[in-house]
This record gives sequence, C-alpha cells and structure tokens, in this order.
Amino acid sequence: MNSVPDEMKTQEQSHRLPTWVVGLAFAGLVAFLVLVGLGLRRAQSGPITVGQKVPGFSVTTFDGETINTADLAGKVIVVNFWASWCKPCEQEAFELESAYQYYKPGGEVFFLGVDYVDTEPEALGFINKFGLTYANGPDLRTKVSQMFRIQGVPETYIIDREGKLAYVKKGPFLSTAEILNVIDQVLQ
Amino acid sequence: MNTAMKKHILLPLIALFIGLLWTGISYFSVQAQSPTPSDNEVNAVAKNLYCPVCENISLDVCPTTACAQWRALIREKLAAGWSEDQIKDYFVAQYGDRVLSTPPTRGLNWLVYILPPLIFLGGVYLVYRVLRSMKKNKPAQITPPPGESDQTDPYFSQLEAELEQHRKRGE
Amino acid sequence: MVSNFGFGALVITLVVSVYGIFAAVYGARKNSLAWVESARKAMLLTFPLISLVALSIIYLLVTGDYQVQYVYNVTSSTMPLYLKVTALWGGQAGSLIFWSWLLASFASAVTLRKWDRDREFLPWVIVVSLVTLVFFVGMSIFFENPFVRFWQTAGGSQAVAMFQPTGATSLVPFDGRGLNPLLRHPGMVIHPPMLYLGFVAFVIPFAFAIAALITGRTDDRWIRVTRRWSLVAWLFLSLGLVLGSRWAYDVLGWGGYWAWDPVEIAAFMPWLSGTAFLHSVMIQEKRGLFKRWNMILIVLTYSLVIFGTFLTRSGVLSSVHAFSQSAIGPLFFGYIGITFAVSLALLLHRWNALRSEGEMHSLLSREALFLLNNLLFMGILVVCFWGVLFPLISELFTGQKVTVGPPFYERSTGPLFAGLLLLMGVAPLSAWGHSTVKTLGKAMWKPFVVSLAIPVIAFVLGVRSLPALLAFWLCAFVAFITLYEYYRGVAARIRRSEENVFTALWNLASRNRRRYGGYIIHIGVVLMALGIIGIELFQTETQGTIPPGGQMNLGNYTITFDKLDIFDTADGRNVARAVVSVERDGKYLGQLYPRRDYYYDSQQPMTIPGVRSTMEDDLYVLLVDWEPISSTGVTFKVYHNPLVNWLWVGGFVFIFGTLVAAWPDKDPESVRVRAAKRKMAASGVQSAD
Repeated sequence: MNSVPDEMKTQEQSHRLPTWVVGLAFAGLVAFLVLVGLGLRRAQSGPITVGQKVPGFSVTTFDGETINTADLAGKVIVVNFWASWCKPCEQEAFELESAYQYYKPGGEVFFLGVDYVDTEPEALGFINKFGLTYANGPDLRTKVSQMFRIQGVPETYIIDREGKLAYVKKGPFLSTAEILNVIDQVLQ
Repeated sequence: MNTAMKKHILLPLIALFIGLLWTGISYFSVQAQSPTPSDNEVNAVAKNLYCPVCENISLDVCPTTACAQWRALIREKLAAGWSEDQIKDYFVAQYGDRVLSTPPTRGLNWLVYILPPLIFLGGVYLVYRVLRSMKKNKPAQITPPPGESDQTDPYFSQLEAELEQHRKRGE
Repeated sequence: MVSNFGFGALVITLVVSVYGIFAAVYGARKNSLAWVESARKAMLLTFPLISLVALSIIYLLVTGDYQVQYVYNVTSSTMPLYLKVTALWGGQAGSLIFWSWLLASFASAVTLRKWDRDREFLPWVIVVSLVTLVFFVGMSIFFENPFVRFWQTAGGSQAVAMFQPTGATSLVPFDGRGLNPLLRHPGMVIHPPMLYLGFVAFVIPFAFAIAALITGRTDDRWIRVTRRWSLVAWLFLSLGLVLGSRWAYDVLGWGGYWAWDPVEIAAFMPWLSGTAFLHSVMIQEKRGLFKRWNMILIVLTYSLVIFGTFLTRSGVLSSVHAFSQSAIGPLFFGYIGITFAVSLALLLHRWNALRSEGEMHSLLSREALFLLNNLLFMGILVVCFWGVLFPLISELFTGQKVTVGPPFYERSTGPLFAGLLLLMGVAPLSAWGHSTVKTLGKAMWKPFVVSLAIPVIAFVLGVRSLPALLAFWLCAFVAFITLYEYYRGVAARIRRSEENVFTALWNLASRNRRRYGGYIIHIGVVLMALGIIGIELFQTETQGTIPPGGQMNLGNYTITFDKLDIFDTADGRNVARAVVSVERDGKYLGQLYPRRDYYYDSQQPMTIPGVRSTMEDDLYVLLVDWEPISSTGVTFKVYHNPLVNWLWVGGFVFIFGTLVAAWPDKDPESVRVRAAKRKMAASGVQSAD
C-alpha cells in the first residue's frame, strides 16, 4: 500500500515541514471554525432567550422623550416592533392600544412601540390613524432590533419585573384578550 | 508600505471630495429651479443605499413599501436642498451603517479593505519565492530546447499537432 | 403508504452506506479484495435506493398528497405538472434528497470504471463518497425529513411527525401553499440542478485526491483519472452560474444579472478555485510541478462546495436566495470541521511526498504564467471570501451589521479580472519549459498590432472612458491571439495535408481537444467580458411617470405608454401588464409588456421586465408603480444595456468549448506509451509541446 520508494524517503527528511507551519495551518483552521461557529450560534438563537436578563436600552420617542429601560425597573415592559409599511402591524395596533388603556390605571405595565426601518412622516401617520397613545419611537441605527435579533415585524417581547425576558411573540396578536392573557401571566 | 497605502487612499479621497463638492454645487443650482426632484435624481442617491428590509438589493430597485417610503424621504430631503452626503449621513444616523453599500472606513471596518490586498501581496511574495528558488536550483538554460527556435515556422504547428496526437494516444 | 416506503428506503440507504464505509476501510487495511468488492457493491446499491426515495417524493408531489408537509409547502393544485415534478428541489428537504441522489449516481458511475491500474484508490474513493453521502442522507433522516406528515392528535391539536402518533388521525390540508413565485421560472427549474451537479461532481476528484494522499501514491495518476470529472463538474457549475444570471436578468427586475449577493458568491467561489485547479493540473501533467498546490486546490474546492452549501442552508447569512432558517446548521458545522481538519492533516502528512519532480526554468514559460493565473484567481477568491465573511465578523465583534456590496467587489476584483484576461492572451503562446521575450514577441506582435485598432475605432466612435478603452483593447488582443493560433494550426494542416479549411479545423480540434476546446472557452470568456463591459460601464437608466399616450426618452429611444391592463389569472396571480411602444430615432420597433405579478397565496409581488434584445443593446423596461387610470399614470424605469447579449452568446460558446474539451475519447489509454513518455520527462528531455 505504501508506494513511496525507500530511497526517496531519506531524501525527504531534509524537506520536512517545520512544526510552526503545521501549527499555523491548524490554528488558521480553528480560528475560521470558531468564527463560523459563533456566527452560526448567533444566527440560530438570539443573544436573549426567554428567562435571560435583557440588557438596558433606550429609545427616544417621536415626542422627544428619552425612555431608558433601566428607569423602568419593577415594571413589566411590553416592547412591540412595528412599521408603517407592515400590513400585519395594522391588525394588532388597535388591540395593543386597548391593552395599554386596560393597564394604564394600574401603572404596572409599560408599553413601548419601537418603529423599525421606517420614515417619520409615515410612522406619525400610522400612530394617528390608530390613535396610539403609548410611547413610540424610531429604532435609531436599528440598535434595539439587532439586540433582540428580530426577524421581521411585528414582533413583541415582554420583559418581567426583574428585567428578564418573559415572552416572545413573532407575528401579530389576534385579539386584545390574547394580549391581556399573556401580560397577566407575566404579572403574576 | 504604510505610506504607499496612504498615498493610494489619499488620491481617490481627494478626487471623491472634489467630486462630491461638485455634485453638491450642481444640486444646489438645480434646486433653485426645480422644487420637486425627478425620479432620476432620487435614484442616483438611492442607488448607493441599501434598505434592511430587502437584503442585498439596492434601494433604487427594491419593490417593497418600506423602500418606496425611503425613496419618498430622499425626494423630500433633496427638495429641502440637502446634498447626497447629508442624506447618506442622515440615513446612517437613523438606520445604521448597513444602509451604505460598503462599510465606512473606520474601526474594525478597515480590515475589510486591508486584509485582501495584504493576503494578495503575500501570495505575490510566495510566487516570487517559488520562481526564484526554482531558477536558482538550475542555472537558466542558454540553449533553447529543441524545436524552440522555429516557433513561428508553420511546420512547427504541424509538428506540434502530431506530437499532441502522439501524446493523446499515450494517455 | 408511499411516504413510509420512501422513508424506509432512505433508512436502508443510510445502513448500506455505513456498511460500505466499514467494508471499504476493512478491505483496504487487510488488503482483502472481497471486502473491497463488497463495499463497491454497497456503493452501487445506494443509487437505486436513493432513486426510490426521490421517486417516492415525486409521486407524492405529483399526486398532491398535502398531508405530507413538504408537498404542502412547495406545491399547490394550480401548479403545472412540470413544476410539481421539479418542486423536488424547490425546498430544503427535497433538495437535500436531490443532492444525495446526484452524489450516489456520480459515485456509482465512477465505481463502474476499470480499476486495473489504480486498484489501491478504489476503497478510499468509496469511503470519501460514502461519508459525504451518509452525511447528507443523515441530515435528511434526522433533521430535514421530506416525508413528515400532518396529524390531528386525540387532544385536538396539530402535530407534524413521521409516524402516526397514538390516537391521532391524519390531517390532510385542502390545498398546498405553492412554490415560491420567484422559483416558478423555466430558468429556475434548471439552474439549481446544474449547480448541484457541479458541486457534486467535484466530490469525485476530491475523493481521488484523498485516496492518493491516504495510499501515498502521489504521482499524477489521480489527476489523469479525474481530469474529465473536474471538467464535467466545472461545466455544470459554469452552466449553473450562467443560467442563474440569466434568471436574475429576466425575473428579478433590477436591470442587472449579478448582484454580488453572498449566496451567488458562495457558488462562485468553488468555480474560482476549480478554474485555478483546471489550469494548474496541466502544469503537473506536463512538467511534474506544483503537486502540493494541486492538492491544496482540490481540497479547497471541495471545502468551498461544502462551505457554500452550509452558508446557503444554515441561515448564517441573510440573502434573497437563502433557504429558510433550519436546524441542520450545527450538524453541518460539525461535518465541515471534521472534513476540513482531516483533509488538512492528510495534506500535511504527505507534504514531503508531494515535492515537485521538475523544475522551472523561465519566468515566461507557460508554467510560470499559469502560476500567475492561479495567483490572480486566488486573489479574486480571497476578496469574495472576505467580503462574504466580513459582515459576520463585524456583527460578532461590534454588534453592528454592515453591507459589503457590489462597489467593494467591483473595485477590488476589476483589475484582477483584467490581469486574467491579459494572461489568457499571452499564456497560450508561451511554451512549456522555456520561453523568452523574443519567442513570445515573435508569436504575439501581429495580433497585438491588429488589436490596437479596436480602441482607436472605439475612440473615434465616441468612447472616452479610459477603463472602457483598455477593456476593449484587452478583449480584442485575446480574441485575435486565439483566432491567430487557430489560423496557424489550420494553415499548417492545409499546407501539409491539402485538406480544406473545415476538415483542417475539425482535425486540428479533434487531435487535441483539450487545447482547442480551451481556446473556444477563452473566446467565450472574451465575448462574455464584452457583455459585462457593456452593461457595467455603459448602462444608462431613467425613471419617470407618464399618462396614457405620454412619452419618455432614453438616449435614442422613445417609449410611449399605450395602456395598462389589470386582471386575475387562473393560477392565483393578479397581473398588472402595461403595453408600451418602442421607437428608436423616430422609427417604430415594436411593443413591450413590462408587468407586475402579485401572487395571492404567498403575498409576493414580482416585477417582470419587458426586454427588447438585440446584439447591439437591450432596452429593459420595468413597471414600477401605477395609479388608477384616471390620475397621473404609470411609472416606468427604463434601462439601456449596451452589448449585454454578448454575455449570453459568450456563455454558449464557453459551454460549447467545455463540451469539446471534456468529450470522452474513443481510443483507450495505452500504458506502454504513457510510461515511456514519463520516463522521457523524468530524464529531463523536453518535448516541444
């Protein structure tokens, strides 16, 4: 099976590959694999999963008010990603607003609309059309959406009192009852 | 090498700057006459922007509603007298670096521009070394190999064809 | 019933393949012919088995068994029969089976050849092919099973499972969701299989290379055996890329043919390293040089095939082409890690045995120029690889997404492509072993002088851009040199054997099909370059909104908006179709029908251009937007793409050339002459070819 002639072998000793070259080749391979592996892990699951602590972030609303999640400790935060060009977002806009009205007196739940890749005039038009009164602001530099690694709009993330992610909804809510049901569970 | 690189970058940068200045000036002069910019003016700006909603398709041809809104926004800004650069900066501030067709040259992004030329130069050096070492092993032949001198002789081709045929059979 | 049958066949394939691997390894270790023969039978058996699996899926697709999730996802009752059949590769699960099926057929075909003179390769070729097959079949069984079905559980909820859960009843949806509208195009029907064929065929040369590394038989035997396979792989990969570009041009509606999208690049990278391999292999055959480099190139090509497939299917990259998010990522990643590491270890292990046998004598010899060609191909590969990988790196380290778009690739690969074009002209004139400036100059000056006329003519005709003039000169230079080479060969034959021109041409090409096929490929590349120069450097565009009867101008062209029809079709589309008349310099040329199709079931719009195509230029009209007829009118975007048709013509020529080069020989190989030749080469005597 070994077809390398013997006389050639002795000759080859002088041409042996230095160890550092072998090491370097494998180090390169490992570095590449680590990089792709990390990328894969990032693609497969967001950095935040249900039960994990959500890092603080801030959103400046269309009214100019800056909302920092760190200041909202002890409250349940409902983060809703939407956009004016998104048809399904229109389906749940009324429902979100009525859920907001339902919890407003209690003061335990904070609603935050994050406007994803949108233009301001259109976004304001959307807010007026559906009469949204809870805090809404643009996702500047798409920072917040990248942090949650959203895949599209609408998506809703609910953060519990301890600041941990409690619930994720991809796609629109179908009814107000559905929203209330989910939030009530988180509140308990 | 660093200074050479700098020179290489500096020249296009100056050219780019002058170009931008010029387009800026021409935009302003156009603005004076036409209050609503034409589709072509909008597309000229949109061509170099990428909307996150449609991956890898430039803004001027992306058919989604979000991109149509972006183009409307560009039109608005152009009408307000903004230059292409100002509009780009605005989009970057709003939606992040990924709206630009190439990464902006700062921080880690330098890697994207530096690494390929470096690796390529490494390759050039490697090829140079291989060629050198191979020449050193054996002093260059002074007498050309047989058949070399009559390269352009028409019969050479004939001979060559015969040889090829011979070799082909041989395989 | 059929699903269970198909799944059963799939599981048996896996078992047979795993057995084949062990039998082959055991047979090779014990030097037992019987075990190797058994492994070979196992390899041959996988083909009919996978064929049964594929046929089961096709049967389910055609009969519309929507209980099967895959059938539900990719077909609907309104789809024509041919789309139902080809929906086999319309989704992740089916296309994996298709991949396995192609692999089994190629690997079986290769085990059927005569193995008299390279018996020691056989077990290892089987091992490499079967390991790849086991991986793909395993993915199908454990992660992307095309046979899973919908069930209604006893509790009333829905479940997706291979086998009937206890107490559950089958749940059969009324109709399927239908194939992604972007994929409902004849070009799309054949584009993926071509790419897969190219990808899969590269497994064969890789298997032989690994066999050579394992057995230590590191002469050029493995290269000679797989030469045709590499060419066939390359042929299909090229065909896939050209068809893909054509599909993008016809259907995607952005006026171009190549977007430097990560997934396009993923298919382009193995093509680049494969092209470099096809060239550098010739150096080893003729001169015994660069054995290590050839090994590296084929390992790289296989790795890029696997890596490209991984990028497209695992959801690591976001792209228009990417398959939906999938669970196969980690498994795929593991496979990549193992195969890359094993290949690298084998390569380094045999590093000494892979020393060059010959030596290089001249910087202008053909082998030196081929080495430069390889350098440039690798340069382009590095740019592509880095451009694809960088957004991943940026996101990991800074959390910021970036786009690496066409300007990056165009600027950095443009000069490299130009260099390749130049080499393509010069290299065929240089001789193996030795060339001097004098011999090269002598062979080159006539075509060179003639080619200078082309940029002059272009300048007189009004072309002022320096890159364009340079590019036109390059194309002319290469084309004239290649044609001149043909002319010299034909003239010599006519003089010598008094043949007529066509017989002479035929005989010349059939005597050395690899060389003259290669020249045809070069001509094809020049024509394609012409098309690319046309669209990249001279494309103009305009957009405007015009009322019915209104007109728009672009260059010499005028388009008139005649009418707009909006209607529903039987296959679930809402079509808005505009009729525009095209005039050039006031002369009526005909009508175009740009349209926008809206697919109700998938809620996706598709912009289909109206194109008037001539050898001189294309007029490419897009329907961008429209208002109800009463108000302002319709928005059109019009592109003028000069010379772009030469891209497709060049593509045809290119494929034809590859066919000429790869067509099987009639004469069987003769050991005696070959051995004699090798002895001659070893003793340092140079032949004049």
